[in-house]
Amino acid sequence: MAAISRDDVAHLAKLARVEMTPDELDHMATELDQILGAVKRVQEVATADIAPTSHPLSMSNVFRDDVVKPSLTNEEALSGAPAKAEDRFKVPQILGEE
Amino acid sequence: MTNIHSTAAEMASALATKEISSVELTKQHLDRISAVDGKIHAFLHVDSEGAIAQAEAIDAKRAAGEKLAPLAGVPIAVKDILAQKGIPTTAGSKILEGWRPPYDSTVVAKLKAAGVVILGKTNMDEFAMGSSTENSAYGTTQNPWDLTRTPGGSSGGSAAAVSAFEAPLAIGTDTGGSIRQPAALTGIVGVKPTYGGVSRYGVIAYSSSLDQVGPFGRTVLDTALLHEVIAGHDERDSTSINAPVPQVVAAAKKLDVKGMKIGVIKELSGSGFQAGVSARINESLELLVAAGAEIVEVSCPNFEYALAAYYLIAPSEASSNLARFDSMRYGLRVGDDGSKGAEEVMSATREAGFGSEVKRRIILGTYALSSGYYDAYYGSAQKVRTLVKQDFEKAFAKADVLVSPVTPTTAFKIGEKSNDPVAMYLSDIATIPVNMAGIGGMSLPVGLAEEDGLPVGLQIMAPLMQDDRFYRVGGTLEAALLSKWGKPILSNAPDLMVQK
Amino acid sequence: MTLDYKGATEKYEPTLGLEVHVELNTNSKMFCSCATEFGAEPNTQTCPVCLGLPGALPVVNGKAIESTILIGLALNCSIAPYSRFARKNYFYPDMPKNFQTSQYDEPICVDGYLDVEIETDEGPKVFRVDIERVHMEEDTGKSLHVGGSTGRIHGAEYSLLDYNRAGIPLVEIVTRIIPGTGKYAPQVARAYVTQLRDILRSLGVSDVKMEQGSLRCDANVSLAPIGSGLLGTRSETKNVNSLRSVERALTGEIERQANRLEAGERIIQETRHFLEESGLTRPGRSKEQAEDYRYFPEPDLVPVTPDAKWIEELRAKLPENPADRRKRLQKEWNVPDSEMNSLINAELVDVVEETIKLGAEPTRARTWWLGEISRLANEKEVAPTSLITTAFVAEIIALITSGDLTDKLARQVVEGVVNGEGSPKQVIEKRGLKVVSDDSALMVAIEAAIAAQPDTAERIRGGNIPAAGALIGAVMKATGGQADAAKVRELLLKHLGQG
Repeated sequence: MAAISRDDVAHLAKLARVEMTPDELDHMATELDQILGAVKRVQEVATADIAPTSHPLSMSNVFRDDVVKPSLTNEEALSGAPAKAEDRFKVPQILGEE
Repeated sequence: MTNIHSTAAEMASALATKEISSVELTKQHLDRISAVDGKIHAFLHVDSEGAIAQAEAIDAKRAAGEKLAPLAGVPIAVKDILAQKGIPTTAGSKILEGWRPPYDSTVVAKLKAAGVVILGKTNMDEFAMGSSTENSAYGTTQNPWDLTRTPGGSSGGSAAAVSAFEAPLAIGTDTGGSIRQPAALTGIVGVKPTYGGVSRYGVIAYSSSLDQVGPFGRTVLDTALLHEVIAGHDERDSTSINAPVPQVVAAAKKLDVKGMKIGVIKELSGSGFQAGVSARINESLELLVAAGAEIVEVSCPNFEYALAAYYLIAPSEASSNLARFDSMRYGLRVGDDGSKGAEEVMSATREAGFGSEVKRRIILGTYALSSGYYDAYYGSAQKVRTLVKQDFEKAFAKADVLVSPVTPTTAFKIGEKSNDPVAMYLSDIATIPVNMAGIGGMSLPVGLAEEDGLPVGLQIMAPLMQDDRFYRVGGTLEAALLSKWGKPILSNAPDLMVQK
Repeated sequence: MTLDYKGATEKYEPTLGLEVHVELNTNSKMFCSCATEFGAEPNTQTCPVCLGLPGALPVVNGKAIESTILIGLALNCSIAPYSRFARKNYFYPDMPKNFQTSQYDEPICVDGYLDVEIETDEGPKVFRVDIERVHMEEDTGKSLHVGGSTGRIHGAEYSLLDYNRAGIPLVEIVTRIIPGTGKYAPQVARAYVTQLRDILRSLGVSDVKMEQGSLRCDANVSLAPIGSGLLGTRSETKNVNSLRSVERALTGEIERQANRLEAGERIIQETRHFLEESGLTRPGRSKEQAEDYRYFPEPDLVPVTPDAKWIEELRAKLPENPADRRKRLQKEWNVPDSEMNSLINAELVDVVEETIKLGAEPTRARTWWLGEISRLANEKEVAPTSLITTAFVAEIIALITSGDLTDKLARQVVEGVVNGEGSPKQVIEKRGLKVVSDDSALMVAIEAAIAAQPDTAERIRGGNIPAAGALIGAVMKATGGQADAAKVRELLLKHLGQG
C-alpha cells in the first residue's frame, strides 16, 4: 500500500469536512502513515474464505409497530439550535442544490 | 456508621432502615466532591440542586412507605457521554459545549426510575477516544492513587470518582476497554456487559458495533446491583438483547467456584506485561485454585490482530457517527459571519470543535471506508473480528471463564504517551478482543504492583450473555483477597485531603 | 443545423434508466415513531432520532418493510432472504446525521420486471422494463433559501431547515438500463412510471402524488449512434413532477444531447434539473468527480431476513395487477377503448367497479360517473370521487332502474346529495322528488288537461294520435315533471278510447 501523501489527507479532510492547515496536513500524513503501517497487519490473516463479522450478535428482524408516538415540541426540537427563525433551524446559505 | 467510604450495598441497607437519609448521603458526597475534585477533576458538571431534589423525592417516597428499588437513594456519577435531559452533555468535546439534551438516555431514565441519585457528569476522553482522559477538551482527570498519573480512560472520570469516594457507583462506556482499563488503574471494579445487554439509546456513539454501557463500583456486589438496574431489553435500541438479564447479583453473592474451569489466555500473559502485574495475576490464580477452581491454558492466536482490526473498525464507524456534529442543529458553530456557506461553516466548526485524536480517527476511518480501500481495511478488519470470535468460542469450549491482566502496566504518567498514539493504543491490547467478540468482561482489583504500589486489575471474561459467570468468579476471588489483605484495596490509597 | 427530436432519434439510439422514489404512506417514520403527515407546522414531527441528536438510535418500522416486500412482489422481484441497511455517508444540511440510512449491496428486493404497453406506429407494443432493485431508505428534511436571487452568497442570505420530512420511509425502485426503445423512449418512460404509480396505488402503500413529491422520478438517458452498440455518457434529470413531465423531460434531454454530440461536444455525466415552464433541463451538480459515499453496513440495525412463510403471506395479499384488471373489466363491461380510456384518465375505474359491486346497473354506473357527477366535479374543480359516495350513486341508480326516479329527477337527487342535503332518501323526501305513478292522481291531472283543451281531446278521439303531445305536455307541467311521460301517454290514450 502506497504511503499516505499530504494530498490524500487533504482529500480525506474534505470528505470528512474538517478544515486543516498545511501544517496539520503534514503532521496528519505522517501519523496516518504510522498508524496504517501498524493496522494493515489485518490483511495478513484476512483471507477470502473468512466471512466478515459486522456485528457481535446474530440477531435479525427487529421491527417496531407502525404507531405514532408524540414528537418533541417545536421549542424542544430547536432548543439546541445555534440559530433559528420561523420555527426552523437557521443555517448559513446552502450552496448547490439537490 | 454509613458514610462515603461505605459500599453501595451498605448505603442501600442503611437507607432502607432509615439510618441515613438520601439527602444526607447525597450531601456527604457533594461535600466530598467540593473537597477533592479540584485535585481529581473527575466531574465536568455537578448537578447539586438536581441531586438533592432527587434525594428529597426518594426520602419522601420512603417516608410514605412506597416500595423502592434496591439502590433507591444511593448516589451515582454518570459519564458525560450519556444524554440527560436538561443537563449539559458534552462527551468531553468542545463541539458539544453547552448542549443540553431534550431527552434522557435509556440508562439515565432507568437510574431515575430506580431512584438512584445522579450527582453529575464525569470527565472522559473526547467522544470516548482515548485511554487516559488526556483527550478531554476540558482538562485531564488525575488518578486518586497518584495525581501525576492518569486514571485511564476513556471513562477515567467515572473510575476516579468512585476510587476517590466522590461517588459509590458510576456509569461508564466501554468500546475497547474504556471501563475495564480505568477500573484497573484506579483499583475498582468495572464491568463491560455483553454487547446488547445494556441499551445504547442516548449514549453518544463512538463505534456502534463495539460500544457498551457498564457499571463501576468498589465491590463486585455493588457493581452487580448497578448492573441489574441498567440492564435489559430496550425497544429503542435495535441491537438490544431481548432475553432475561443474567442474575448477576445472585452470582456475585455465590462465593463458590468449585469445579469451574478458568482459562488463562497464553497470548495475554508473560512477556509484554509489567512484572508486578503478572505477579498479582498469578497470585489470584492460586487463590482461585485454592477455592476449588481448575486452571487451564487456552490459546487465542488471532488476538494479536485484534488491536489492528479495532483501530480500523472503531475509527470507521466513528467517522460516520461523528458526521452529525456539523453546527447546523446543535452544538458549536464557528465562522458564521454571514459571508460563508453552510459547507464552509461545517468545516470550520469541525476543525475548531474536535480535538486532534478525534480528527486523527475521523480521517483514518474516512480512509478505511473509502472506495478502493474498503476491502483492504474495513473489510479485512471485519474478517479479523470473525477470527477473534472463533478464538473465543474455542477457548470457551475448554473453560467457563477466561482471565488475563486488564492492562500491560499500572497507571502511567500523565503526558507519558500523549505524543505517541500507537503506544497509547497498546494499552488496550488485552481488553479489545472482548469488544470485538461482543462478550462481557470484568476488571477486578487484585492488589498492588510491587514496583510502584499501584493497583492491578484482573480481567475475567465470559461467553455471550453469561455475564453472571464473571460476577461469580469475581465475587469469590474478591472475598479471598479481602480475607488475605484484611482491608479493602482502596484503604491503601493516599488520603486526598492531605495529598497535594 | 440543429436536430429536432425526430432528427435526433433517427441518428441516435437512446438508452433509458429510471429511478423512482416513493414515499410510503406509513403512519410513522422509517426509524422513529414521529408522524408523517404532509403539511404540518415546521419541526413539529421530529424527535431525537430523526433530528439526528447525539445518542439517538433507529428502529425499523415493520410496516415499511412489508410495504417494500409487497412492492417487490408486485414488480416480480425476488425477495432477498438476507438484506441489510447501509450508511451512505455525505454531508448535506437537510440530512440530520450526515449519512442516509439506505441499502447498498444487499437490497431487500432484486431482479424484477414490469411489462409496459405503448402505442407505436405499428400498433400497440409491449416493452419489458427490467428492475434491478427495490430498496429502502429515508427521506431528507426540507430547506428554504432566504434572501438574494443571484445564487451567489452575500450577507443577508441563509437557509431554513424543517426536518418534518426527514426520516419518512422512501422506497427506491431502480431499473436496469432499458435499451431498444428508439424514438419511443419518452413514451416508454411515461408508461412505466404511470403503470408503477397505478401498481403502488393498488397496493395502498403510497399516496403516489407526484405534485406533493410522494412519487419522484429521476430519468437517466444516454445516446449512442444507432447501430454502434455503444453506451454513451448519461445525464440524470431530477425535479420531474408529473407524468407528462417525464415524457417532456426525456424528449428535451434527448434533443439536447443529440445536438451536443452533433456539435462534437461530449456529454457531461451530471444531474440536471427539469424546468416545468420551458420543458428544458438545466445543469445541477456535476458528478464528474464521483462522490465517495463510503457505504458500510449500518451497525445500529440488524439484518432483515424475511422467511418464506412471511413472503407468501404477503404475496397472498397482492391485489390484481392494475393493467390486467383493466383489461378484465373492459371485457366484463364490454366497453370500447375510448370509453375505458376516459374512465382511466378520469381515474374512475375503481369507483365504477365499486358502484357496480354495490348492485348498480353497469352502463348506468359508467354514464353517471363520467357524465353528471364528473360535470359537477368540473364545475367545482374537485375530484368526482370527493363529491358523492359509491353507495349513494348505487342507491340512486337502483331507483332509476326500478322506475322510482327519472333521469331528470335523479340529476336533482345527485345535486342535492352533492350540496350536502343528506342521503338520496333524504333529498327525495325534502325536495319531494318521487315519480308520480299513482294512476288516480295522474287521472285527475289528465282530466284537467282534457277539460282545458277540449278541442285537442276531440282530435285525438278522432284518431289524431300525434296531437296527444300537447296534452301530455300539459300533464307533465301540472305534475312538476314528476310523472313518467310514458305512463301519462298510456293513460291518456286509453281514456280517449285510443289505447
